[in-house]
Amino acid sequence: MTEAMIEFREVSKVYGGATAVDRLSLTVPRGQITVFVGPSGCGKTTSLRMVNRMVEPSSGTIIVDGQDVSTLPAAKLRRSMGYVMQAAGLMPHRTVVDNIATVPRLNGVSRRSARARARELLDVVGLPQALASRYPAQLSGGQQQRVGVARALAADPPVLLMDEPFSAVDPVVRHELQQELLRLQRELGKTIVFVTHDIDEAVLLGERIAVFGVGGRLAQVAGPEEILRAPADDFVAGFVGRDRGFRHLGFYDDSGLAVEGAETLPKSALPNARPAEWTVVVDDGGRPAGWASPKEPGTLVSGGSLHRAGASLRTALDAALSSPSGRGVVIDDDGRFLGTVGATAVIAQADRRRAEAQRERAGSQGTARAGAETMAGGGT
Amino acid sequence: MNLFEQTWAWFADPLQWSGYSSIPTRLGEHVFYTLLTVVIASAIALPIGAFVGHTGRGRVVVVALAGALRAVPTLGLLVLFVLLAGIGLMPPIWALVILTVPPILAGTYSGIAAVAPVVVDAARAQGMRELQILFGVELPNAAPVIFGGIRAAVLQVIATATVVAYTNLGGLGRYIFDGLALSDYPQMLGGSVLVAVLAVVADLILGVLLRRLGPRSASKRKIPAPEALKEGMP
Repeated sequence: MTEAMIEFREVSKVYGGATAVDRLSLTVPRGQITVFVGPSGCGKTTSLRMVNRMVEPSSGTIIVDGQDVSTLPAAKLRRSMGYVMQAAGLMPHRTVVDNIATVPRLNGVSRRSARARARELLDVVGLPQALASRYPAQLSGGQQQRVGVARALAADPPVLLMDEPFSAVDPVVRHELQQELLRLQRELGKTIVFVTHDIDEAVLLGERIAVFGVGGRLAQVAGPEEILRAPADDFVAGFVGRDRGFRHLGFYDDSGLAVEGAETLPKSALPNARPAEWTVVVDDGGRPAGWASPKEPGTLVSGGSLHRAGASLRTALDAALSSPSGRGVVIDDDGRFLGTVGATAVIAQADRRRAEAQRERAGSQGTARAGAETMAGGGT
Repeated sequence: MNLFEQTWAWFADPLQWSGYSSIPTRLGEHVFYTLLTVVIASAIALPIGAFVGHTGRGRVVVVALAGALRAVPTLGLLVLFVLLAGIGLMPPIWALVILTVPPILAGTYSGIAAVAPVVVDAARAQGMRELQILFGVELPNAAPVIFGGIRAAVLQVIATATVVAYTNLGGLGRYIFDGLALSDYPQMLGGSVLVAVLAVVADLILGVLLRRLGPRSASKRKIPAPEALKEGMP
């Protein structure tokens, strides 16, 4: 277990008669993404906001980097942590660079060097320099969120607090931002507390996941694989949802999965082709462009999702199920066609991997755990 | 000669354009009273409006008080102040100030209250102190509404400042009250026209200033399409 960066000790927050957070005790390890997930009104955002004293706890102590936060001046504490929120919350009267430069300016950095730092951060979060002098209203929602992330990173704080930062953008942009966050985190190694109500997002991003239940009760803290495989109780099992068996495939990579090579058809030859069976059409770069159907010769049928070799069994199964031919298209890292894979082969491989994993756990952790898993496995 | 020709003759009289009670002098006085009133009223209304807008405290009191002040009859207030404080420059000016505080106060308060709460919350979460939030975030974003309130107040004072001539002061109201006393209707009409022209000119000038001060972002919104992520086969 890595060292704790943030520690909640018996923290409660009561509003009037309603308990928002109920005796929360939790450690957030240094240099990892910890996700707080749960339904609306479960106290996850309140818990996050108590870390930088945007909300004061009714009782209990929060320790950040060895110091009780209640002993630190609030404004100073907040500047030492990046904060990203759902509606980017950018200042409408300031340009993008000046928004990003907010915290360095508050810390007394000169305007010139704060702006230079802000321009560097545009690159870090993948925004073109041309946006530097725009105003927030001139940006798309996804771009605003990126500026919000850049602003949080500007003073290079060790801790980032992210409150549903990607839930207000469309699914395509959200996916893009999630991947960017993972890439950034590989480079920066911040301690990130990330709040979301989306279990998929939690599983994708979280190295540790804290599931909050109604009434501000902490239901389970574990790694994402364990949350999906062994929910601690009915609440967690219900929240994780009915697709968790399928989602759990995301934890098995595709090693051992047999990819079958197949004949391909160059796109230029498509109009004259008379394929006897479904055939993958590739473009000049060897990248799949779609399928040629035996029933309608000469037309290009759109393909399903693609499985990149080395990715999880989940994408492999999805590629097979979404393909018009029933065979998933496998590509290499450069997007070139490698072969195809069938759904039954993926499921057979999933079964083998599951059996292996169970044997390993039984061997290393004894039988008590395996028993718990069987019980929890009976849920939907 | 009908009234309009007589009024024109009044304007054309060279006597109106030089000396102690000439049009330029009266115009200058009128502008001076207006500026003095607006400056004093702003000095009172802006801090109170900023406090109420930022903290949300005293909102009910301010709204009720502003409404009540608007209902006070100007001339009555003027006479009361002069009776209590004697003649001089300031008693009539204080009467005007009391009538000018409400629009500026309302503009300041509502401008600050209208700044998106999420922006203020974000500013606080970045580590801005309360005064930094007020001066760095709330006032800049509320500026168009605040100046709108001041613009309305200026026009109101230009129109209302005619009543100070009812006491011992000058300004364009002089022509109206003197004309009334002497049954010199061309002079009355001339004074009224001058007040109206001053109001229109002041409004135009303030309008231009307001556009200059307004947020540059609101006028030219161009939202570029986000680069779409392409996954899966076409």
